[in-house]
Amino acid sequence: MREVVVISGKGGTGKTSLSASFAYLARQDAVVCDCDVDAANMHLLLDANFKEQSDFYSGEIAVIDPQLCTNCGECFDVCRFDAITKETNFHVVDPISCEGCHYCSRICPDDAIEMVTQKAGDIFISDIKNGARMVHAKLGFGAENSGKLVAKVKSVAKELALKEDKKYVITDGSPGIGCPVISSLSGANLVLLVTEATVSGLHDLKRVHALTKTFNLKVVCIINKYDLNRKITNQIREYLSSEKVQLLASLAYDENFTKALSVAKPIVEFDENCEIAKQIKLSWKNIKNILKDI
Amino acid sequence: MKITIASGKGGTGKTTVSSNLTSYLASLKKQIVLVDLDVEEPNSALFLNTKLVHSKVSNKMIPQWDATDCTLCGRCEEVCNFNAILQLPEEIRVFPELCHSCYACSELCPTSSLPMVPTQIGIINEYKNELFSMVEGRLDLGQEMAIPLIAQTIEYADEKFPDYMKIYDAPPGTSCPVIEASRYSDFVILITEATPFGLNDLTLAVETMKVLNQKVGVIINRYGIGDDGVEKYCQAENIPIITKIQNDKEVAKLYSNGELIYDKIEHFKNSLDEIIAFIGGLK
Repeated sequence: MREVVVISGKGGTGKTSLSASFAYLARQDAVVCDCDVDAANMHLLLDANFKEQSDFYSGEIAVIDPQLCTNCGECFDVCRFDAITKETNFHVVDPISCEGCHYCSRICPDDAIEMVTQKAGDIFISDIKNGARMVHAKLGFGAENSGKLVAKVKSVAKELALKEDKKYVITDGSPGIGCPVISSLSGANLVLLVTEATVSGLHDLKRVHALTKTFNLKVVCIINKYDLNRKITNQIREYLSSEKVQLLASLAYDENFTKALSVAKPIVEFDENCEIAKQIKLSWKNIKNILKDI
Repeated sequence: MKITIASGKGGTGKTTVSSNLTSYLASLKKQIVLVDLDVEEPNSALFLNTKLVHSKVSNKMIPQWDATDCTLCGRCEEVCNFNAILQLPEEIRVFPELCHSCYACSELCPTSSLPMVPTQIGIINEYKNELFSMVEGRLDLGQEMAIPLIAQTIEYADEKFPDYMKIYDAPPGTSCPVIEASRYSDFVILITEATPFGLNDLTLAVETMKVLNQKVGVIINRYGIGDDGVEKYCQAENIPIITKIQNDKEVAKLYSNGELIYDKIEHFKNSLDEIIAFIGGLK
């Protein structure tokens, strides 16, 4: 079993459209995994049926019992997150600011502070339209620990792939370079960077590529909307060749991309004979070959 | 006034709107500063022809083991709720990337063997052009926690430009970084596109803002493609649609080149006028 993780640095470059297309092409060979847990939307393209649900618990928050609190203020003094405020007769914790460090509950002289485990989200295993299965999640509103939820989603997907003897795990990562992205990358066999021919696309590509280098990951790239700005496309190509990153495809700016989204279909299903679809099919073939050799 | 420009889905136009809106308001003599809080991928500065005027290292505090008086009693490992401290047979090891800077290990250590020391997580840059200033946070590669840097970037802008209007360019998503970039604002503008993706992520963002008790308005970008799902949703939720920005490949081209748009494309400027009128009506 081999895992390819699709990330982009910048949002809106076409990461999810491509991941869903690969998922569609891979059919029963793959387990699909949506790691963009705080704005998960790949399920829309793949008709996920939310078949199995499980709760994801992570992190704790402090809760002060107003009956026991003597209003001494020691919790307020030690909290580094400004999560504790003083009311007339007792103190209260703001659940959004609380980091769950436990410090206040450890030092409270009245044992008035309890740490309560939080439900941080839901994890789903779904059947999807091409007969494969998909693992995805929904982070609770205002919840933290998206990195941990990503790790959990990945581990569920990998277990499923091993159990059902699948060849591939196709993972849609999240934008950025921080904790959810780092979690999505862990254990990847191949990383596909999706960028677009814009100044921000190039800027963000360099940062996210530098991140993959710190983990020594094998990387390939697809440029989206290459004809929007050929000067930038050339700069991206120069950058990739100087960094020895293989360019799998350059996709043209095409409103079919968005039209396919609007009817909730991967582009390779929406119009399988269009130029973009052909290139995506070729890219998936290349990815499979690269994964074979890793 | 502080306004956060956010979105659930990435790539819907947060940076385009916030950089153009700031420039336009500054050209109308408004005292305004743009604050780029997308610290993982900050790129507002690419669009604004600015000069760097000041850089400041952003630190978070982490414990550093001092062996001198340590008795290896194990209290530090016990009180750390983030597995950032590991007690080995002959030493205490700290994992800085896991540390949340709560100070519990340091302050509860009976021998004061874990003093807190600053460690760099990013930098805060202040830029300037003829019309206005902007501030950005830029997270160092490999750093996982964006929150302390977002908080410090907001603080820097508040101290340096106390009475200015502030536009916060937020990171995408709905989790902790977005919350940090939205919770202290007076109003949150959510930018979306009229596709099922846009609607899905907008719904998540709206629910998150409800948790924060934040008032929101919506901008529909690339209007003309997609469907009417977003408009119906906003109507049902009673969320004002501030403006609809026409889908226009020329806008995408200017953006791709790092250029401002409002001074070149009339319908885009009209949309900014609608945003400004809307902001002017906020109390």
